[in-house]
Amino acid sequence: MGPLFPNNLISGEWNLLIALFIGMAFGFLLEASGFSSARNIAGAFYGYNFVVVRVFFTAVIVSMVGLLYLGYFGWLNLSQIFILPTYLPSMITGAVIMGVGMIIGGFCPGTSLTAVVIGKIDALFFAIGLYLGILLFAEGYPFLEKFYHAGYLGHITLTELTGIKAGWWAFGFTVIALAAFWVTAIIEKKVRKRIKEYKF
Amino acid sequence: METLPKQKKNKTKYINPYLGGVLMGIVMLISIFISGRELGISGAIRDSVVATANVISPTAAKKSSYYGKFLKNGHHPMDNWLDYEVLGAILGGLLSGILFKRVRKPFVERGPNVSRGRRLTAALIGGILFGFGTRLGRGCTSGAALSGASTFAFGGVLVMFILFGAAFAVAYFFRKLWI
Repeated sequence: MGPLFPNNLISGEWNLLIALFIGMAFGFLLEASGFSSARNIAGAFYGYNFVVVRVFFTAVIVSMVGLLYLGYFGWLNLSQIFILPTYLPSMITGAVIMGVGMIIGGFCPGTSLTAVVIGKIDALFFAIGLYLGILLFAEGYPFLEKFYHAGYLGHITLTELTGIKAGWWAFGFTVIALAAFWVTAIIEKKVRKRIKEYKF
Repeated sequence: METLPKQKKNKTKYINPYLGGVLMGIVMLISIFISGRELGISGAIRDSVVATANVISPTAAKKSSYYGKFLKNGHHPMDNWLDYEVLGAILGGLLSGILFKRVRKPFVERGPNVSRGRRLTAALIGGILFGFGTRLGRGCTSGAALSGASTFAFGGVLVMFILFGAAFAVAYFFRKLWI
């Protein structure tokens, strides 16, 4: 049955309208969870607020397990869903640059947009930076093209890479997530106590 | 609940993070069930860059090895699924801000030991780095890390761990910005 649009069960116009509503739900949840504050996001890296870890990993394991169920029930043809391609050197480099950008700027693209609309000027500067960074990449593309396409592994999943079944990956991620929730809660409690003395 | 001391002036309530995560996971499942894909953000900003280039010089943009890729089909470069989704995300963020009374007169949020100017400079530089990184990483925290990892894509898991790992590794050097 699913995915509906790739199987021509809904029209392109409906697909775009639904994209708008899916985006609305996503943006709402980002803001409502506290991602519209750079200090909340940065907190995960200094131990005073792990909301990022909680929301992010919960969403990942719900989606992983949910996909397996949808596939198992026969409601979703898993071979038709979009799988992110892997280009080893460029994606590793990109992820490092993004990580550094996140610590310096305090946002990621989605969270910065939800912060701009509630009135954060720092988020607006970050969003302008995103535009400039992408422009810089686009203009420098002729020099980067070779590196950009190097190390292509295809639209490869963890299962295809390792031969370990998706169910085990979902189980493994769930265990890691639960352990992370537990450990980070302890760290957060300790750090928050200490931070009071410094009049944070 | 998740308030920091400095924000106590405007007591702001966030939803339970686990509830937020579960709902976000369900939104991704609905998205994948209907459209066959999950969420993303940075691709829409790329589309806006492409659209700008196309306005400034359509012929040069079409010839460019980068912009040209997104101008082939004859559509407006901002007329695709991702751009509608991101428009929705902006509206959804505003809706939540209004509902939870977090929409305020524009202000700069910053750590206790950083000046307004430094915070804004850092935000701009961080944004430039992040924006550049999204193109190499094939997406941002949403499109590559979150959506990639939750569809078992190797690239997604890779970006997720390296992105958060890199942020953690350099956090010490930028601590004055936050604590």
